Amino acid sequence: MATHTTNPYSDAILSAAADATETTTKTVSMPIGIPGYTLHEEKRTVPTSEPPVLPVNKDLDYIGKSPERWDGNAKVTGRARYTADVQLPGMLYARFVNASIPHGKILSIDTSAAESHPGVKGVHVIELLLGAAVLHDPSLERSKYPIVRYAGQPIAAVAATTPQAAEEAAAKVRVKYEALPFVVDADLAREPNAPLVFPGAADQAGTAGGGGSASGIPQTGNVHGPSVRKHGDAEQGFKDADVIVDARYTTQVQTHSALETHGVVADWKPELLTVYASTQGTASVREELAGFFRLPKSQVRVITEFMGGGFGAKFGAGNPGVVAAELSRKTGAPVHLMLNREEEHLSVGNRPSSDQRLRIGAKKDGTITAIQLISYGTAGCGTGAGCAGPATNLYKWASLHTEENDVFINAGPAAAFRAPGHPQGAFALEQSIDELAARLNLDLLDLRDRIDENPVRRVQRQIIRESALWKSRNPRPNADPGPIKRGVGLSQSVWYRHLSMNCGAEVRVHKDGSVEVLSAVQDIGSGIKTVLAQILAEQFGVPPGKVSVKIGDTNYPVGPNSGGSVTTASLTPAVRDAAWQAAQKFLASVAPALGAAPADLTLTGGMVRSVSGKFQPVPFRTAAAKMNTDEVSAQAKRIPDYDPSKYDTYGGVDIAEVSVDTEAGRIHVKRVLAVHDCGRPMNPAQIISQINGGVIQGISYTLFEHRLLDPNYGIMVNSNLDKYKIAGSYEVPQIEVQLTESYIGQSSTDASGIGEAAGIISAAAAIGNAVYNATGVRIRQLPMTPAVVLAALNQPQPSMESL
Amino acid sequence: MNSFTLADCSTVEAALSQLKDGAIVKAGGVDLLDRMKNGTDTPTRLVNIRNISTLRGIHSTPQGLTIGALTTLAEVADDPTIRTQYTLLADACGHAATPHIRNMATLGGNLLQQLQCWYYRSAEFQCLRKGKELCFAFSGLNQYHAIMDYGGCPSVAPSSGAVALLALDASVELTSAAKGKRIVTIRDFYLQPDANPHRFHVMAADELLTAIHIPKPAPGTRSAYQKYGEKESHDWAIADAGILLEMDSNLCRRAVVAMGAASPVVRRSHEAEAALTGKPITHETARAAGQASMTGAMPLSMNAYKVQLFPVAIYRTILLAAGQMDRDPSAAG
Ligand SMILES: Cc1cc2nc3c(=O)[nH]c(=O)nc-3n(C[C@H](O)[C@H](O)[C@H](O)COP(=O)(O)OP(=O)(O)OC[C@H]3O[C@@H](n4cnc5c(N)ncnc54)[C@H](O)[C@@H]3O)c2cc1C
Ligand code: SF4
Repeated sequence: MATHTTNPYSDAILSAAADATETTTKTVSMPIGIPGYTLHEEKRTVPTSEPPVLPVNKDLDYIGKSPERWDGNAKVTGRARYTADVQLPGMLYARFVNASIPHGKILSIDTSAAESHPGVKGVHVIELLLGAAVLHDPSLERSKYPIVRYAGQPIAAVAATTPQAAEEAAAKVRVKYEALPFVVDADLAREPNAPLVFPGAADQAGTAGGGGSASGIPQTGNVHGPSVRKHGDAEQGFKDADVIVDARYTTQVQTHSALETHGVVADWKPELLTVYASTQGTASVREELAGFFRLPKSQVRVITEFMGGGFGAKFGAGNPGVVAAELSRKTGAPVHLMLNREEEHLSVGNRPSSDQRLRIGAKKDGTITAIQLISYGTAGCGTGAGCAGPATNLYKWASLHTEENDVFINAGPAAAFRAPGHPQGAFALEQSIDELAARLNLDLLDLRDRIDENPVRRVQRQIIRESALWKSRNPRPNADPGPIKRGVGLSQSVWYRHLSMNCGAEVRVHKDGSVEVLSAVQDIGSGIKTVLAQILAEQFGVPPGKVSVKIGDTNYPVGPNSGGSVTTASLTPAVRDAAWQAAQKFLASVAPALGAAPADLTLTGGMVRSVSGKFQPVPFRTAAAKMNTDEVSAQAKRIPDYDPSKYDTYGGVDIAEVSVDTEAGRIHVKRVLAVHDCGRPMNPAQIISQINGGVIQGISYTLFEHRLLDPNYGIMVNSNLDKYKIAGSYEVPQIEVQLTESYIGQSSTDASGIGEAAGIISAAAAIGNAVYNATGVRIRQLPMTPAVVLAALNQPQPSMESL
Repeated sequence: MNSFTLADCSTVEAALSQLKDGAIVKAGGVDLLDRMKNGTDTPTRLVNIRNISTLRGIHSTPQGLTIGALTTLAEVADDPTIRTQYTLLADACGHAATPHIRNMATLGGNLLQQLQCWYYRSAEFQCLRKGKELCFAFSGLNQYHAIMDYGGCPSVAPSSGAVALLALDASVELTSAAKGKRIVTIRDFYLQPDANPHRFHVMAADELLTAIHIPKPAPGTRSAYQKYGEKESHDWAIADAGILLEMDSNLCRRAVVAMGAASPVVRRSHEAEAALTGKPITHETARAAGQASMTGAMPLSMNAYKVQLFPVAIYRTILLAAGQMDRDPSAAG
């Protein structure tokens, strides 16, 4: 299979092998494969300090079960404190002043009226803008203030005693511009005489969540690219092909639209800068603030108690974090700065668009001889619109040629967004594979069995094959006679085993039998708190609800930034290791009182036992009372994967049932069956929740969401949540998720991530294929609104011969 | 949003006495607060009429029905008399917006909600309807805009309630301190954009909309309203149809075909109505009426699909009214 991986998270991956520090090792036998299908044992060599191998889920008490969400009660009762809820004594409220034009040079900024507005305590004018791409040669632009490259770009901010006063004062800041020509349409931006977004070469740095551009990429006009990959001889591959499927696909810009907007409360004190942040990475916020203000990291504390969604856009302090800290420093008071919904759409990230020409050459039996993908996409005034991941990594090919291009336009910079590039790429690839199967008269699953050797995907296809929904599919397109037609479509997805080695945890055991885990990791909604509680529960036999979980604070051992689906895969082994080591220290601490040697003691099933049978098993809590200190604790960090040479992808096979109203142009998704794997499922209910969320977000992307920029004025016309349309409860289908429990023998928990593989990658392609199955017409454009559907259905359909 | 004062009134008289110096009425506040948050309206005084209990309720009269202006959309949609005898009004109110909004929104406010054109709703764009010369929609983004009768402003009539009330020949009662009550038919209530681009209706700033009067439908009347959005809820119509059929056994004596999302002011299609009058209601006549409804359509650069969608909305709603088709699963839920 293809092993060349487009890695949007290069920062997040550390070469596990290179980091190996342990010297003494032991050989263990680990469960590998899928229970009921391929489960077997394999040997792994692991550091001696590793805890015993965890058996498969059915033999465990807490891991692999779905206890109540650890913080569910706090969330549903409103006790949970999100960043916007933080109230500190003397706190001020800040509002941004944003650019009203899409491109221009700021000539002057007059803040005097704002400063004298009642209640105003401070004004800050931005001199260094974060987030957008930057010129390699800044001298190409001479300007006191950052050049405005999109309408909505933050320019300054005002802090006042009330939100109302801040908003009123912000409106009084007078900005004089010299307007520059602009372009907001990615097609027009590619034309030779298009207005230039940047006067020279520019690049955007990535974040812990991915995005950004590879280095050394050419730039011509607004086109930053191509970033080229060639494997084998694609030209020859197409010559060798019996059929070639050649099609163009376009996808729109989607904004992250998390329920909670970006924001911070910054409290600058001489000895410590404390920042409450809505972030996917407490570590990344600390990193950026310490760097920006040249503060020692030890003097920056970042706290994220609860978080209302990020989807990739919330790494680092960003403009809100830096500006709030500046205002706090200036005013000597804590500053609360939450973006409003319009700012959230405009200035803190989005999923780039794509315009893809995809050619696939294949033999009669479906073997792929060549894949060629030429893509253009816009990440606004940022980069990161590549979408070749699925074409590169989903199937086996004899040759591959991809060229990815970023097109600059005058719009807010993109940010990593749940499986960067993959929904776009899969939308094209999986519809073309569907088309290939139709052209070759091959069964969709049989074809994939031929071109995809991944053993997990193979089992997942078998589950699909046997499902009632798949069996109900009429393989003949456009089979229903009436105007409303039913169809079922399929798509696969792929994601990668990214890890953050930069993380650890501390576990403490107290004499009263209470246990706690501490880590700076943030729970971005996916439920890591519950999972950590389960790990301690399994080790100490304490119910998860009784475990104390203290996270989201950089006062604790550094946690992973939650991007690239790394959190559970990265952190849980460290926590299990810490729990195991704490348990060993605990046994040593109670051994004297129990009259046994530490080596004779084990802690399993909540009981301290003597291996030699010296005494009857003692409950953990009773034993704890005999500790010879008040507390024992252990810290562990993530050790490398046990066998990094076995690089695993995760993913899934999803099918969607749609009904297409061919007269009204409406697509309704009725049912989705999603079969997914993520290593050992630590908490199935939470994983299923993420997949439900991914499916819904994917449907929303497929049918509704669309950032719309007025072509004449460069302003987003739907920067709200009623005209920027997002799937609501009426648009949510019946979703069935089947988890493929899959052991890969990589760590002490053997867990992997699910956030990105979950549904979002395959939804658009599965729906597109279902629409084809229903109607015999391919829709290669997103979002599939009634206007788009009717236009596609109105097109005369090309006959097979003319393809 | 700017700072404002709020006068909470519990009687019509108190509210009327407050309607001066640019004060704006707040009923459910769904539309008004959006406009204030967008910065398109910056009133310094709000008069809250939401708690005037005499303006809330549905009363049968010998002539028909009187609905207080503050009756919520949910109350209208759930009323048994309205559901059975004025079905399309229950349909329209019961499928507007979302369940939450229908619990807040009043029928009066629904009729008086302002245009949803995104240029109109943005403080960045000062267009014809805001006292300037330009319309931004013709050369801009106009996928949700009008396809007929638009003159200089192709923003569409946003109120589902108004479509139903037009079909029902309803009137509104307007009350002012100076002149007392006057009655204006829905047909005459809204102003075409070209008549006076800065005014949407004939109501004066010192008037309150106090009630809606609906004449009793003729015997043999059947009616239905369906709304088609991109989404099934939490969305405005991209096409809609309010249908009223007066039947003589199986012949249609009189037909009303009303639309909202086609034009700046709710309109009836006399061509579609003519295609039904004197005929039995069948799939053929219903489809013919749907086609006829598009006579004179002049779609803009991005909304030709509406010319295809309206006939579908209309034929299916005719069949729904006639009891020959179920509620369309493609219409808003
Ligand atoms: C996402 C979304 C989707 C929607 N979809 C639909 C839809 O499909 N169909 C539909 O019809 N509507 C729809 N709406 C609009 C909604 O129904 C209206 O905003 C609501 O009905 C307004 O009623 P209100 O009582 O809240 O009015 P308010 O916001 O209080 O008032 C609206 C206007 O009328 C004035 N006003 C109100 N009552 C009186 C009175 N008695 N006398 C004088 N002036 C008065 C106010 O000054 C204000 O200018 C949608 C709204 C949203 C947010
Ligand atoms: S359609 Fe009407 S409301 Fe919209 S910009 Fe044009 S004139 Fe203004």
